[in-house]
Amino acid sequence: MKNSRRILAGVTAAILGIGIVAGAAIADDKLKVGFVYVGPVGDFGWTYEHDQGRLAVEAALGDKVETSYVESVPEGADAERVMTQMALSGHELIFTTSFGYMDPTINVAAKFPDVKFEHATGYKRADNVSTYSARFYEGRTVIGHIAGHMTESNVIGYIASFPIPEVVRGINSAYLAAKAVNPDVQFKIIWVFTWFDPGKEADAATALIEQGADVIMQHTDSPAAMTIAEEKGVYAFGQASDMMQFGPTARLSSIIDDWAPYYVARTQAVLDGTWESMDTWDGIEPGMVEIGEFSDRIPEDVRASAAAIRDGIAAGTLHSFTGPINRQDGTPWLAEGEIADDLTLLTMDFYVEGVEGDIPN
Amino acid sequence: MLRLEPRPEPSRRMLALTPFAAVLLTMLAGGFLFASLGTNPLDAIRVFFWDPLFDSTVASYTRPQLLVKAAPLIIIALGLSFGFRAGIWNIGAEGQFIMGAIVGGSAGLAVYPAEGVWVFPMMVAAGALGGLLWAMIPAILKIRFNANEILVSLMLVYVAFNILAGLVTGRLRDPDGFNWPESRNFQAYPSAHNAELFAGTGVHVGVIVMAVLVLLCHLVLRNHIFGFHVRLAGQSRQAARFAGINPHVLTALCLGLSGAFAGLAGLFELAGPAGKLSTNFPLGYGFTAIIVAFLGRLHPIGILLAGLLMALTYIGGELAQFMLNVPAAAVQVFQGMLLFFLLAVDFLVNYRIRVRLRPPEDTGAAPGTETRGDTVNGPGPGKSGEEPA
Repeated sequence: MKNSRRILAGVTAAILGIGIVAGAAIADDKLKVGFVYVGPVGDFGWTYEHDQGRLAVEAALGDKVETSYVESVPEGADAERVMTQMALSGHELIFTTSFGYMDPTINVAAKFPDVKFEHATGYKRADNVSTYSARFYEGRTVIGHIAGHMTESNVIGYIASFPIPEVVRGINSAYLAAKAVNPDVQFKIIWVFTWFDPGKEADAATALIEQGADVIMQHTDSPAAMTIAEEKGVYAFGQASDMMQFGPTARLSSIIDDWAPYYVARTQAVLDGTWESMDTWDGIEPGMVEIGEFSDRIPEDVRASAAAIRDGIAAGTLHSFTGPINRQDGTPWLAEGEIADDLTLLTMDFYVEGVEGDIPN
Repeated sequence: MLRLEPRPEPSRRMLALTPFAAVLLTMLAGGFLFASLGTNPLDAIRVFFWDPLFDSTVASYTRPQLLVKAAPLIIIALGLSFGFRAGIWNIGAEGQFIMGAIVGGSAGLAVYPAEGVWVFPMMVAAGALGGLLWAMIPAILKIRFNANEILVSLMLVYVAFNILAGLVTGRLRDPDGFNWPESRNFQAYPSAHNAELFAGTGVHVGVIVMAVLVLLCHLVLRNHIFGFHVRLAGQSRQAARFAGINPHVLTALCLGLSGAFAGLAGLFELAGPAGKLSTNFPLGYGFTAIIVAFLGRLHPIGILLAGLLMALTYIGGELAQFMLNVPAAAVQVFQGMLLFFLLAVDFLVNYRIRVRLRPPEDTGAAPGTETRGDTVNGPGPGKSGEEPA
């Protein structure tokens, strides 16, 4: 093993050798917009929809912008490095599309005050950091309503990712809607502690079905559970994307995230010089949350009532959390007719009455 | 019929040219890959190998980041190299990395928010101890019951991960973190923060420790009796026994050392670049380090270079994604190609392929015709790449 110096010489020579073929980067004055994704663009769920938003920016703003992305970036040091590299290489607007990118986004934004950052689903902002999210719980009210009608075993399986307010809120919202039409309904919840792991998601779906669930809901990113539902002949809902192709018979409807209008508007704002740090939390009404087409397997009257709920939420006449609602321990939360305020929703760390089990802590 | 035959005296010049040849082959095969995806192959190769080091806009940041990304890989691989030379196979460095972070991180959180210069050194010591103790489990089971250390150490990775998942949803969860399953951020705890030493580079104490350990390991392997024992045990168990080496002591030392190194790397990573414990904390450094150790031919300087090369492919891969819109999967294929060619070229330098025209018809093959492929010094079992958890 005396050849270490030669290895060094070899590696150096190799690196220098490639240098000869290296050309210079061509500068241009298009607005460079970067996207950092937590999963692969081919997840057909969360990241896929963000990438659709990126493509919409390109389609809408054409040659005024140049977009780029890095996919499957772990939440942590790697994310911080990717964002720094993007900022250094001339990106002026960077969308960071996962909750776990919150601290890295804030850190990098502090170093690059001239670069604008848009962080999805977080709560920390700065002069050059906006946050945005969607009221996915509104969609869960609609699919919870359908699930409550469609279940025959009265057991609904729920694949949950992390015990954060966002996910707890989704469970509560879906449960309340299902319970409203089916008093015997019961939710079985499996926490998988990942956003994207098709293997774990599929295992969770299988376990839920074995425990008697005949409708599966998920708060994870891949269509794995949909595939299992199709295989085992139970119902499921598309999550983030429509997922129709993964469960043509199993899929009842879906909650589709549509980031395109927001991404186009924010990019346009940077082009116009009107971009300001702000917080956006949009739901069904402006179209950030879309309800996928209802399957023919849903009886016609249920399709009509689900559509009425969807339209009611959009019109502002209905709210997913309208009292009376008690907390899981039986203490009152919302009085008759009272509507939940956003702060409570954003920090929700309790189940509503009737949901069984504990939030992992 | 093909058979493999070890070369009695592998060419030294060829051995030195191996990495060069492998990189060239990767560029060639990778060029085809990128061309088939519609990317200019020359651009792709430039972004992978040149831009992280010399690009005018990003290189001032990516150069030091190479060291930051490589440091945990190199520290873990250095520790593993002793055992691998002696034929003691610690495959569970990932678990020891996690336990180092858990124990070291817990030590820091236990005294939160106390400030003092003693906090960080205490965490470092606790981190190394955590990794060491976790590695002593396979060591003791091997010494006492002759349990296979490959299996035990590997299985303990999953145990460590589940302990981590349990703690970040329970005892170690940040009380101000909206129930998000992760610990407090050490970057916001000045005395515990493994901060960058030079502004804008990200270079932290772990990088310095890595450099010191490379030198130290080099000296120990070359000059110290322990290094001699390790090398002797690797060449012949029998000879080692005659030389008075206690195999049990050697097992405990090698596993303990690799565990402590992995724990150290875990703590530096936690208190520095990663910031907090969460289920996203383990990125597979402990597994990738096995590849780094073998790529570096178990030699400290080789490991240093192999770690840097590995880091270069990660950082170059990120640049390739957003500069050229190459998908991450293609980047991983490219990284795989590099490893494949390094091993393949290495193999062909040490072995030659003989073509036998007539297959033997008699059953009693003459002695010396058996292949010795089973003694190939290739990588041990392990998983390549750093997949996000």
